Amino acid sequence: MIQVLLRYVVLFTITLVVLCAMSFSLAYLFPGDVLENLTGISPQNEFQRAAIARQLGLEQNYFVQFYYYLERLLAGDWGYSSASGLPLLEEVSVALPATIELSTYAMFMAIVVGIPLGYYAGVKCYSTTDYTLNSLSITTYSFPVFWFALVLILVFSLQLDVAPISGRLSLLFDVESVTGFIMIDILLADNIDHGLAIRDALSHLFLPTVAIGAITTAAMVRITRRSVIDVMQRPYIAAARSRGLSSWQIFFRHVIRNALLPILPLMAIQITTLITNAMIVETLFSWPGIGNWLLQAIYQQDYPALRVGMLAVSALVVTLTIIVDLFNRLIDPSRDRFERGTI
Amino acid sequence: MRGKLSAICLGLLLISGCGRNVEHTFYTSGVIYCSESNPITFNPQLDTSTTTADATSHQIYDKLLVFDPDTGQITPSLASSWLISEDGLTYTFQLRKNVKFHTTPYFSPSRNFNADDVIFSINRWRLASHPYHEVSGGQYPYFDSIGLADNIETVERINGYRIEITLKRRDSSFLANLATDFSVILSAEYGDNLLVKGVPHQIDIKPIGTGPYIFQDYRKDRFIRYERNEEHWKQLNSAQALVFDITPRSSLRLAKLITQECDATAFPAQTELDVIRTNDELTLAEKPGLNIGFWAFNTEKAPFNNPDVRRALAAAIDKNTLLEAVYFDSATRAKTLLPTASWAYQNDADDTAYNPVLARRLLSDAGVPPDFSMTIWAMPVKRAYNPNATKMAELIQRYLQDVGIDAEIVTYDWLTFRKRLQDGEHDSVLIGWSADNGDPDNFYRPLLSCGAIPSGTNRAMWCNQDYDRLLDEAIETNDIDERRAIYQQVNRLLFEQQPLVPIAHAYRYQAYRNELNGMSINPFGGVKFGGVSKTE
Repeated sequence: MIQVLLRYVVLFTITLVVLCAMSFSLAYLFPGDVLENLTGISPQNEFQRAAIARQLGLEQNYFVQFYYYLERLLAGDWGYSSASGLPLLEEVSVALPATIELSTYAMFMAIVVGIPLGYYAGVKCYSTTDYTLNSLSITTYSFPVFWFALVLILVFSLQLDVAPISGRLSLLFDVESVTGFIMIDILLADNIDHGLAIRDALSHLFLPTVAIGAITTAAMVRITRRSVIDVMQRPYIAAARSRGLSSWQIFFRHVIRNALLPILPLMAIQITTLITNAMIVETLFSWPGIGNWLLQAIYQQDYPALRVGMLAVSALVVTLTIIVDLFNRLIDPSRDRFERGTI
Repeated sequence: MRGKLSAICLGLLLISGCGRNVEHTFYTSGVIYCSESNPITFNPQLDTSTTTADATSHQIYDKLLVFDPDTGQITPSLASSWLISEDGLTYTFQLRKNVKFHTTPYFSPSRNFNADDVIFSINRWRLASHPYHEVSGGQYPYFDSIGLADNIETVERINGYRIEITLKRRDSSFLANLATDFSVILSAEYGDNLLVKGVPHQIDIKPIGTGPYIFQDYRKDRFIRYERNEEHWKQLNSAQALVFDITPRSSLRLAKLITQECDATAFPAQTELDVIRTNDELTLAEKPGLNIGFWAFNTEKAPFNNPDVRRALAAAIDKNTLLEAVYFDSATRAKTLLPTASWAYQNDADDTAYNPVLARRLLSDAGVPPDFSMTIWAMPVKRAYNPNATKMAELIQRYLQDVGIDAEIVTYDWLTFRKRLQDGEHDSVLIGWSADNGDPDNFYRPLLSCGAIPSGTNRAMWCNQDYDRLLDEAIETNDIDERRAIYQQVNRLLFEQQPLVPIAHAYRYQAYRNELNGMSINPFGGVKFGGVSKTE
């Protein structure tokens, strides 16, 4: 087990270093001044420029510069946004939680809705219900998320007027951003009506969560269904049936747990898709997350922000993937050490 | 299993649905305005953009005088009355008593508004020696462009509530200038306080004024938050809270207006006007605006320093097509700088006509080579006077192609764009002007006078001594007919010289929900939320 852990730690570190190297090279690949791309500060005079260049080690070779770069990243000195002039670490730490929060709710929705539906379809496999569910999930899975979100806005906001289209909370609520997670921030805020604020936040969450969650839900239905069908064909199910167990008994005692194990690693792969979708949907709902933030950075040609944003998002995805993978090992030690995830 | 699922789905729907009806009073306590961009500063003395004026002038501050939005007359505000001396040079203002400055977490005033605050506010932009003059850049574009500082001899305190301003030359537009969005009154006590603390620049970031709303918080690209000033001298029936929701996309602003996430919005696009008109819950207010959209040539660059070339370019374009395609008929054709709403509007002024043959001849006579290429700078933001500069630039590009000129369209983000324009990097630019008061001097002087070149409002970089002399003559008289006659001469001169091609005067639109009370469209500058509230 320790060996496995070590292997993951090494893998994780190497991936992060490679990502950092890529983000560092962006400073050279982007148009404009390397010094400005790295810091986001445009020096006022030659004297200041020389001082900053010395601090960055720009006169030395790339490896030394990269070392200094890593050092600054670890120290939390990520440079400044050239558009807003604020420290990038601060900007990312406000935007990233918003995306994580949205993705969490969407994942929650996918699990709560997708897995039970998948079980149902699997148990009733090759019946009309199964075909209906299956074709529904294939249809949903094929939706381009961008288009789907727009349809939701059109129907639920502009036509039926049941949900707002932008932001996380009505601006009339004066909620200070402490953690970046709106629900926690609401609970931490004083002098507001908490019940009302939470209801308002939920109504804002409704459409973006559904837009992102629907596609992952559809994927979940299909993954679960496949897994259940596989389990149902195992000899021990036939044995259980011959022992005289009812369908429900078989389902609860044998199918649920055994079908769940192969689902977990596949869920990990869905996380990447989910975060990508979240970043796209954010821009439609003006959700103040990392996707929206990156898009603004692209519009404003804010290269320091793009460099850091790319690093933050990829580091997040890598971290999540590795954690879930590790988690899979922990609950399923029977898995072969060299087995790789498949879909 | 099926029951559980439908319960979850139903739950999700209910949660999202019920937030709207419950606690109605909370949602009617505040007004949300979807604004189009970030203000550059919180002190309108420092910037002439509408965005900055919208977010500050009428909300946070008061002025000595204001324009009546309906009649355009100058009416009292912080100055309760005023006297003009016989020779027209000395203005005495009686100030209002018991006016309180805002009390905020960052400043608590110890005294009421008085003469010191007026002197502080005026001297800040007037005197280079004033301790605050250089703070936040030391540029006061509006006052610099009309050269007001040079014309003020003294600003003196007679007593605590009376001040006297002496001018060097008569200026019949002086009172109008004091009533513009930029002539706000700051707190001298707050200024002194910040100087002691060593953070003077905070005066423009964390504003203190006497206006109907108190500044609370600002997040770039997100929001500006204000609360009601309970101690405002006018006792307006304003909303408890005011929030500017910064939404750059026009279609999103409209969508938010429909879903009640905004109560009012800035600058609806011309294509969206019909949607607003046909929606029963929305009101579209419109007024002929005091603005002008134009195409200015950089007269410091060859060949645009030749009036014949400029006249040729003016004859090469068809203004009517531009009006139809870009303004969707929500504007009137401009002959001169002045819109019809101005008292000095000249009905029979000369106008350019579409004549590509004449254009080609003038160009070849002026020695412009057949493969000549130039740039058209199109402003990146949407304004009433030019709702789509890029589209207009593309149309002009086509027209210029017909007369053998190869035009390239240039655009940058708004800040860079204005900076580079000021540096004179353009050949020609599509931009415009929203007037700050109804006085004709407010169009002619900032747009084309010599003094307006360094302050960056003279986009043509055009300096003509005759023109400046006529403008000075016009404001030295109080006789309306005499002034009107002078402005006709000015129009004639501009038609001959053609430093810019006037294109259109746009209507001003404001869209808001029917629940808003007290909302009125202000033809003079920014939006005003004092006295605006929501029906319960």
